[in-house]
Amino acid sequence: MHAPGISIKNATLTYHNQILFDQLNLEIPAGQWSTFLGPSGIGKSSLLRLIANLETGGTISVATRITSTNHLPLEKSIAYMSQHDSLMPWLSIIENVLLGYKLRGQSITKVKNKALQLLRQVELEQAVNKRPKSLSGGMRQRTALVRTLIEDKPIVLMDEPFSALDVITRLKLQTIAHELLKNKTVILVTHDPLEAIRLSDNIFIMQGCPATIVSVIKPTGPTPRNPTDVEVLTIQSQLLQILQQTHEVLS
Amino acid sequence: MIFLRGIGLVISFILIWQLSIYFFKFPPYIVPSPYLVFMSLIQNSLLISQQAVPTLIETFLGLFLGALLGLSTALMMIFFRPIKLWFLPLLLISQALPTFAIAPLFIIWFGYGMASKIAITIIMLFFPVASAFYDGLRRTPRDYLDLAKTMQATHWQLLKRIQIPYALPSLATGLRVAATIAPIGAVIGEWVGSSSGLGFLLLNANARMQIDLMFAVLIVITMFTLFLYYSIDWLLKTLITW
Repeated sequence: MHAPGISIKNATLTYHNQILFDQLNLEIPAGQWSTFLGPSGIGKSSLLRLIANLETGGTISVATRITSTNHLPLEKSIAYMSQHDSLMPWLSIIENVLLGYKLRGQSITKVKNKALQLLRQVELEQAVNKRPKSLSGGMRQRTALVRTLIEDKPIVLMDEPFSALDVITRLKLQTIAHELLKNKTVILVTHDPLEAIRLSDNIFIMQGCPATIVSVIKPTGPTPRNPTDVEVLTIQSQLLQILQQTHEVLS
Repeated sequence: MIFLRGIGLVISFILIWQLSIYFFKFPPYIVPSPYLVFMSLIQNSLLISQQAVPTLIETFLGLFLGALLGLSTALMMIFFRPIKLWFLPLLLISQALPTFAIAPLFIIWFGYGMASKIAITIIMLFFPVASAFYDGLRRTPRDYLDLAKTMQATHWQLLKRIQIPYALPSLATGLRVAATIAPIGAVIGEWVGSSSGLGFLLLNANARMQIDLMFAVLIVITMFTLFLYYSIDWLLKTLITW
């Protein structure tokens, strides 16, 4: 299945009398990594939750239209990965990975081998029958990544998935995620400009209240980019400058 | 270590008991000595064990049925939300009524036999089980619910595979409390109206001023409650490891 793009039209979200988005319009390209970057509280995660049709805690206007470009129901095309690994402590690693199938009442026989293969790919073959509490933060997040992949959805939403990890583990996981999520439409929310530059085809910078997309940066060259690359560092300083300006505007 | 601490506690308790009799010169019909109580326990062991049988049956049945009722109540309240609005006030009313005041009514309604004692035990312990389990079900982390929603979980599968397992440690807390209440419920029932059981024996010993026998029965009830609590605690820790 070709990954579709996402079309956001007239998205309006009000949260406690504060307008977070006012008729926001945005096209998210198909089969690419798109990242939302901006200061805390700007509404990056809320936008992601809006796309995933999850509870935002706010009021969504009736004119808000979020659709996939192939016109198939968006809910059925989405896999979601949050900042917390959300692994169920009562399930083993393999059971956690296959949770989606169990929750839908589907058979796991066909996907079990694929799950085991993916766990091997992320070097978790020794932990298949272990419980999450015996795993490190990086291993837990890799499990969550495999759980997202096994859902085999064309659109993957990631809300700061690697933010709780140390730098080295984060870089390693970014590379793994990039390799395993090829050809999917990925939307990433992050605070980390370097993460955005390493992985993204499009970086949407959010600013203001109500939030708008003030800038779209399209780094060139193949992903994942080398963090020590001169171009990466140049874009990073450019991004930091924009973020600093948006932060000043906000305060 | 826990075992040694327990032994130490028992020895200290007996020592304080003996010393207070020695210093305050309590007569045996007010506070009997540990030795007298021990002798009474030995001499009346047959009587106590015979009377313990109905109490044990009432406790176990009351605990089992009360836990089952508490568990189903919590599930009903979470699964059919409108029921919660009607059920929660009733649940609170059932706990606001003093057990000693409604116990005679239960004797009238369910008779002098075991049924009334089991009913009293159920009324006393189903609330801690229901409220602890309901609280656990209600507190399922938002991340888990979000994940389930994006995975297109059915309502029943969400409850079965996420909400119930997540709430099991809370249920365990309710069951531990219930384990300590269950023998009290059975004894209260017997105290109010019965012809057998440890509560009945306590009442008779009290009427005949057999204070040493009363103490012996109280010790048996305490030991039984502790045994019940630690057995259930061990079982729950073995089964619920998260």
